[in-house]
Amino acid sequence: MSASIYSRDEMMTVTAARQLRNGAVCFVGIGLPSAACNLARLTHAPDLVLIYESGTVGTRPIVLPLSIGDNELAETATCIVPLPEIFAYYLQRGRIDVGFLGAAQIDRFGNLNSTVIGNYTHPKVRLPGAGGAPEIASYAHEVLIVMKQSTRSFVAQLDFRTSCGYLGGGRTRAGSRSPGAGPKAVITDFGVLRPNPRTLELELAALYPSVSVESARAATGWPLEVAQTLEVVPAPEARELEVLRDLHARTEAAHAASVRIKLPS
Amino acid sequence: MPLLSLREAIATYVKDGASVALEGFTHLIPFAAGHEIIRQQRRGLHLIRMTPDLVYDQLIGMGCAARLTFSWGGNPGVGSLHRLRDAVERGWPQPLELAEFTHAEMAVAYQAGASGLPCGLVRGDAATDLTRVQGSAVQALPCPFTNAALALVPALTPDVTILHAQQIDARGNVLICGIVGAAKEAALAARQLLVTVEEQVETLQADMNALVLPSWVITAASIVPGGAYPSYAQGYYPRDNAFYLAWDEISRDRGAFTAWMKRNVLGVADHAALLRRLGVAA
Repeated sequence: MSASIYSRDEMMTVTAARQLRNGAVCFVGIGLPSAACNLARLTHAPDLVLIYESGTVGTRPIVLPLSIGDNELAETATCIVPLPEIFAYYLQRGRIDVGFLGAAQIDRFGNLNSTVIGNYTHPKVRLPGAGGAPEIASYAHEVLIVMKQSTRSFVAQLDFRTSCGYLGGGRTRAGSRSPGAGPKAVITDFGVLRPNPRTLELELAALYPSVSVESARAATGWPLEVAQTLEVVPAPEARELEVLRDLHARTEAAHAASVRIKLPS
Repeated sequence: MPLLSLREAIATYVKDGASVALEGFTHLIPFAAGHEIIRQQRRGLHLIRMTPDLVYDQLIGMGCAARLTFSWGGNPGVGSLHRLRDAVERGWPQPLELAEFTHAEMAVAYQAGASGLPCGLVRGDAATDLTRVQGSAVQALPCPFTNAALALVPALTPDVTILHAQQIDARGNVLICGIVGAAKEAALAARQLLVTVEEQVETLQADMNALVLPSWVITAASIVPGGAYPSYAQGYYPRDNAFYLAWDEISRDRGAFTAWMKRNVLGVADHAALLRRLGVAA
């Protein structure tokens, strides 16, 4: 059974969640990736292992964290490891199956910019920067990217390459030293882009119900190719929506709660 | 290791132009210490921190910083740090020189500092434009044994590292529980280590492998309940996510930001007064 009324954000989150197989070890970013990973864990993938870069390993939060290091993540983790360990022993050592990334800009080969819009030394917009993204993009066995699609974010030319996708396409990433396989899918608010098997250029592989190829193309800053078989993503199931909405409602209530600190008199 | 008031600790150990690392990865961010640095109007600081967070947004916006070494500068889960952006994009209230790394690079730079090594090491496989803008700050070198690509990051050795922690015992040993980030590395990399704590106890309730900083590596400590607010102290109070959301609006505008800082930071004597003014103290 599919529910008839849902938002594009919900469609996006549900689609991202469906990409995750049960038991995978997933390095989670904050925001939509975190919602998608927890939705997957609460539906089809109960044994999904979630790792947030704060060093919380195997965390099972009841509400979504606002930051990557909320107390909620610490309290529900299998273990908490120091930061140098999460990057060295888990990520760099190759223990992460899936890395989840977003960015301000993406190009046709899935390279990502989260550093600056404009010139690096005199930027028009200074973005937060790299964090763990370059290493996640490089060392996770595969990468999922979640981004809203527009000509401002899906660009012909990045202002800055913070994290690598398929570099120049074709064999360029395989010929580089990055051990991971690169971006497997880009989940947008129109559908899903996947790399062409030969050129590794991102092409439209699936659309959400009643979204047109033309509208997806119009939201892309390069001539977007369509995959040989273009699928339609099934609308969210009632169960998926229910779990996701409950999660968001719990989260909203928790984030609005006021904090009281007892001071010694 | 002396117990000092926070005012005295900052006055004695944080000098104009010093390199200062206030660490704590989302958790145990030493906000009270940051506010005291602002109250004492330190200038020309080289601020070091993996995730600048709100505390560095405040220090930068109040004109304390000349330089920032960092790896991710946003308001977690919310968006930009507007004061950091204003300093970088428009030089307000003064230009800010950036030294930018990835999290992994900064982690090994602190480890190197704590180990007495001149540099830290990561695999040099990540293809990023950061390498280009870092200039000579990160150097590529082949492994002498395997020829694998390595990247060398110079050690971070702050003049002063400041941490917030849960407890200090009667002998001055300090316990940190929960998300520890790079706290231990930043602490042991520093020339001087200041610690603020939630409370003093007779004996630490520490598991065998708990993160305890022995008193003799600590330069001075101050007891500051709520000292990590609006970040959090595991076991004491949760992160004030509503404040992090509200900061986006407070900090967006120079005037609103300055008025907020004048009222709530400069306009109060200490952290307890700030917590009372914000209605957080119970």
